[in-house]
Amino acid sequence: MPEASEADVLIIGGGLVGQTLALALAAHDISTLVVERADPEAHLAEGFDGRASAIASASARMLRALGLGDLLDGEGCPIARIEVAEGLHPEILRFDAVAEQGEAAAEPLGIMVENRALRRALLERVRQTPLVRLVAPAAIGTLVRGPAAVEARLADGRQLRAALAVAADGRQSRTREEAGIRIARWSYPAAAVVSMLAHARPHGQVALELFYPSGPFALLPMRDLPDGRHRSALVWTVSRRDAAGVSRLGPRAFAAEVDKRLGGRLGALETIAPPVSWPLGFHHAERYRAERLVLVGDAAHGIHPIAGQGLNLGLRDAAVLAEVLATGARTGIDLGDPALARRYERWRRADNSLTAFATDTLARFFGIPGRPVERLRRFGLGLVERIPPAKRTFAAIARGTAGDLPPLLRGELG
Amino acid sequence: MSRRTRAAGAAPEQPAPEAGGTADPANVALFDQLAAEWWDQSGPNRLLHAMNPARMAFVREAAIAHLGCDPRARRPLAGLAALDVGCGGGIATEALARMGAATTGLDAAHGAIAAARDHAAAAGLAIRYLAGEVTELAAREPGAFDLVTAFEVVEHVADVHAFLAALRTLLRPGGLLVFSTPNRTLASLAIVKLAAEYVTGDIPKGAHDWRRFLKPEEMRERLAAAGFRVERLEGLGWSPASGFRVGGRTDLDYIGAAVAV
Ligand SMILES: Cc1cc2nc3c(=O)[nH]c(=O)nc-3n(C[C@H](O)[C@H](O)[C@H](O)COP(=O)(O)OP(=O)(O)OC[C@H]3O[C@@H](n4cnc5c(N)ncnc54)[C@H](O)[C@@H]3O)c2cc1C
Repeated sequence: MPEASEADVLIIGGGLVGQTLALALAAHDISTLVVERADPEAHLAEGFDGRASAIASASARMLRALGLGDLLDGEGCPIARIEVAEGLHPEILRFDAVAEQGEAAAEPLGIMVENRALRRALLERVRQTPLVRLVAPAAIGTLVRGPAAVEARLADGRQLRAALAVAADGRQSRTREEAGIRIARWSYPAAAVVSMLAHARPHGQVALELFYPSGPFALLPMRDLPDGRHRSALVWTVSRRDAAGVSRLGPRAFAAEVDKRLGGRLGALETIAPPVSWPLGFHHAERYRAERLVLVGDAAHGIHPIAGQGLNLGLRDAAVLAEVLATGARTGIDLGDPALARRYERWRRADNSLTAFATDTLARFFGIPGRPVERLRRFGLGLVERIPPAKRTFAAIARGTAGDLPPLLRGELG
Repeated sequence: MSRRTRAAGAAPEQPAPEAGGTADPANVALFDQLAAEWWDQSGPNRLLHAMNPARMAFVREAAIAHLGCDPRARRPLAGLAALDVGCGGGIATEALARMGAATTGLDAAHGAIAAARDHAAAAGLAIRYLAGEVTELAAREPGAFDLVTAFEVVEHVADVHAFLAALRTLLRPGGLLVFSTPNRTLASLAIVKLAAEYVTGDIPKGAHDWRRFLKPEEMRERLAAAGFRVERLEGLGWSPASGFRVGGRTDLDYIGAAVAV
């Protein structure tokens, strides 16, 4: 029988969260085996994931600490201001980085980057990091979580051994299911249509969140194209019924629909990525741990993309888990010790629940198409605009800087 | 079989307990009987498991302050020789080994040592476990250790001075002793003895004789008499919200660091 490959931690799923976690652990001298079922090169292909993510400032600090600053500076577009409005109604709620923090201290409210660029940068770092071993494409055959260690046998017979397993295998997590961890879930009667647009006028680094009776419409500033044209990412929530129709619109018709909702504000539009529709749902695992196992990212929780916080929650999971495991390692605690898993769960559960609750409330309030609640919304937005502390709190949640932060989210390598 | 980090040398591994040793035979038999239950985190030793992270964090801080260890290191005790006295099933011993020390565990109870060896082998840890008396090891390996730990041990020994003197002998000059022990207060009597032993069963019955507990001042005096300089002494308290933590009240249990002068 071949020798088992050993590492401190076995990460199942090499998506955005799994890879970030591996790098965060390596920065604390903790070795990982990352088992990813897909071919990582295929994940980099054009068209695999056309989404862009808003990296909140706390997450951005962590990515910088992990050596991904070049990606953020070279390919990211900072969000200097967020404007929220009821359709084209003139009353607007503004979150402004400079106004909130002063010129010198201003940190963007988030940085927009293409998921594909993030994946490429993470993969590059992972390949340069000796403490991370990426095992891909590979599928877990059996996973045995015993009292002394976790042992995995891959479908091709290879054996892996670690002190702790981490489920980072996304919303359909098989690892979670096999551990018997149940999830609360529901689906929204809505879908997100995602696309990318080139436009004549600059976006001024402003993110727009416009609420329409058919659902929220978000336009997020991206870095200009090489030919100098300006560019924005679109997340347009429509009812499930309409999703297929909207994403089937031809590029011109699609651009025209978008332009109508923008009131011409960005000038002539061109659809530069085919619209793709994503069904929207919410799920939250009843617990984040079992014997020698913890859940991170979408395996633990998934929320409505209305506030662009899904990935950020997962990145925060990674930062906290790295902090908890590093502290454990430095004091000689077995990384599979339930006390560490409990500490991680306690630390993350509150933040995830709060963000999930806030997002779900927001989604129900603003995001469910066809409910005539505009007036109430307008009242609510006006209220938030007039109460600075409430606004600051919202902004802190959006940045991911609310609550008790581990060193990585402050940009430090603890 | 556990692998060994240090050559065990020619010394017999399991010397018979001696009449002149510091361990109390009645206590040794009791701990022997509990060997099998050492590693059950919800078993009779759950208090020791729960205390361990706070204790080991204290060891790490003390090693950084007094042995020049690297605070950023994954294995802060790398390069050091450590001895865990009264190691039982090896809860703290394994942590010392994971922190990078070449580690020896010593206990008078053969059953506990057997359990400790099995567990370390399963966890893939190289630890030298010895069943025997601290006085005897001191005679064989004087000055061999940079770090000695003695958690919840001194309250079990019959001759405190001989015990501390043996620990001093085992350390090189400038070496570090980290210990923890319950205080002798009405609170500790009430809680450690009555509540813990008889009501919740958290500490096995009969394992503690409250009259043997030392107050922090008494412990300081005895350490000084045995050739130690006490550098830090803190309460090891418990709260429902945060579990065991260092700092605050010393009236139940306390933890300290002392340097061999
Ligand atoms: C329309 C839309 C827009 C969004 N916009 C944003 C945004 O702006 N900002 C934001 O923060 N978040 C956003 N999100 C959420 C974000 O995309 C997810 O939260 C994030 O991708 C989760 O990352 P993950 O690594 O946990 O899971 P995934 O990205 O799902 O990765 C899981 C990985 O595990 C692998 N895998 C699965 N099963 C196995 C197995 N059995 N063995 C081995 N490998 C396996 C998969 O191949 C995959 O690589 C959005 C989501 C949607 C749907």
